[in-house]
Amino acid sequence: MMILKRILSVLVCTATVCALFTGCGGKSAEFTIGLSQISDHPSLNTIRESFTAEMERLGYGPDRVSINYKNAQGDQSNLNSISQTFVGDQVDLIVAIATPTAQSAAAAAENSGIPVLFSAVTDPVAAKLVQDGQNPGGTITGTSDAIPVESIFGLAAQLTPNAKTFGFVYNLGEANSVSVINDAKAYCDQNGLTYKESTVTNSSEVQQAAQSLVGSVDAFFTPIDNTVAEAMPVFAEVAINAGLPIYPGADSMVIDGGFATVGIDYTVLGQKTAEMAIAILEGGDPATMPVVTLDNFRGIINKETADALNIDISGVTDMEVYTGGEE
Amino acid sequence: MTFVAFQGAVELGFIYALLALGSFVSYRVLNIADMTVDGSFTTGAALSAVCAIAGLPALGLPAAIVGGAAAGAVTALMQTKLKVQPILAGIITMTALYSINLKILGTANLSLFQIDNIFTHFGAARVALIVLIVLASAAALGLFFHTRTGLSVRATGDNEEMVRTSSINTDFTKTVGLCISNALAGLSGALLAQYQSFANINMGTGMVIIALASLIIGEAIFGRRCVPLSILAVLVGSIIYRIIMALVLSSDTDPSDLKLISAIIVAAAVSYPALREKWDYWGRRRGAKRDAQSGNNSNREQGDQEKRGGEHS
Repeated sequence: MMILKRILSVLVCTATVCALFTGCGGKSAEFTIGLSQISDHPSLNTIRESFTAEMERLGYGPDRVSINYKNAQGDQSNLNSISQTFVGDQVDLIVAIATPTAQSAAAAAENSGIPVLFSAVTDPVAAKLVQDGQNPGGTITGTSDAIPVESIFGLAAQLTPNAKTFGFVYNLGEANSVSVINDAKAYCDQNGLTYKESTVTNSSEVQQAAQSLVGSVDAFFTPIDNTVAEAMPVFAEVAINAGLPIYPGADSMVIDGGFATVGIDYTVLGQKTAEMAIAILEGGDPATMPVVTLDNFRGIINKETADALNIDISGVTDMEVYTGGEE
Repeated sequence: MTFVAFQGAVELGFIYALLALGSFVSYRVLNIADMTVDGSFTTGAALSAVCAIAGLPALGLPAAIVGGAAAGAVTALMQTKLKVQPILAGIITMTALYSINLKILGTANLSLFQIDNIFTHFGAARVALIVLIVLASAAALGLFFHTRTGLSVRATGDNEEMVRTSSINTDFTKTVGLCISNALAGLSGALLAQYQSFANINMGTGMVIIALASLIIGEAIFGRRCVPLSILAVLVGSIIYRIIMALVLSSDTDPSDLKLISAIIVAAAVSYPALREKWDYWGRRRGAKRDAQSGNNSNREQGDQEKRGGEHS
């Protein structure tokens, strides 16, 4: 029938185009890992690259482990297809970077027995990926990029002791940000600090959100928020012009113009993820592997910002000082 | 492509087919460019997720239908009573729905992992439930378009002036059409949320494109004839689109090429009828040239006739 012919030709066309773009495959490795990412984002890319490098460094390079990397390109509807592909291929382990990726992998792999290792999920208990941080109790575990809110506010108390009111700028649509902000609010309430918040939905709104808080806050605090991170340069400009320091959650945000942080180094996160992956591949049980959160954080100060704000950082000893220019 | 990936593609194809049906109603039947579906899709998902967490997953489906219809009604109100441009009205509603969906979800990401949902008792046979719901909705839609109101809706899309002179209230028909369109989008979101065990505030982003791609692929294959066939075309188009995506994802392509490849494939599928016609035309031209060069008069005349007849088809 004509219609059947048309359907078949569409599918053949697809297969041909795919074949054109395909490299040569078919290597049989000792282990296969399905690595999925929600979008092309610097922090997530850093995790992936550091993961792959660490796997190789620890003796699990491309000759032993075949890593099948798929990226949903920011389109959540592709996540399910990617996870199902991995389950169908019966990979030995699925590594999912970011929360929706991990949730999609968890749902697809639920009855297949394939373990799931997540990375960069700030609150895995809230995302129902694990029952408990210490005893995941299932086939899912991973590394969390929860940031130490107390340490950052402690740093703020040390460097800018006069800052009593903080401005929170973040995207309500990012679950990771919301959980960190809730921790921050709890800390402020317990320690006699006040806060004001201004939320954004995309990076073009960050400038105005920051400007709306100028005049009523003494300093800014922002979590590891992808939306704010994208707009960090303009956020930094607004803050510096107003003479206010920004305490962000990630060191990359300090490099982009923030003031200081005791934050997450995504390279270390990727390395820890690789260690857990190797443990699982060698027979470890995810149910008993606690979720890893980083415990030694990279303190970093941006000297250019400090100078622009006239803040004296000469007394600071155990932190990296970023002087701008070179990376 | 493995069987699991294929089955997943078919299941997702049916779920997104409802969304494509909704877009079919607004874009093809009503001739309105409606952007609300990005928002109403997420509204359906949010309502369904909240109902599942409350222990009533089956309630999520009708709740999503009502929620989607409400979103459609707001867009229709702006278009008809406030005379806002259709595209703008859709964008306004979609923007407002972002905040409303956040309120419904209570958080940016709501997990339904290991919570009872409508698929829990089906296990591997959940594709049967999905197909049942989708076919029932498609059948209901087809039947609706044969009722008096349905025919008015169809007529409004074809020739609004004519319909108004026949003393049919076009404001009403547009509202009905947009409500149905967004109700279907909401239902699609509801099914997806329970299928993938989580609902996320950003899951509706880009849904319009997917719906339109499915729509166009279906039309490229079936052509545009009667309504029942068009509805079937939409279903098939959605399934084929998901199979295409699954094929692309299963292959060893560079992950950053994903969107480029899917765009090329969709473009190829969509331009297939035009390409086919060009191919046939050139084939006939070559044939006619050959006959002319062989010096045979009667063959040449026959070739000319075929050419003329061919161009009219």
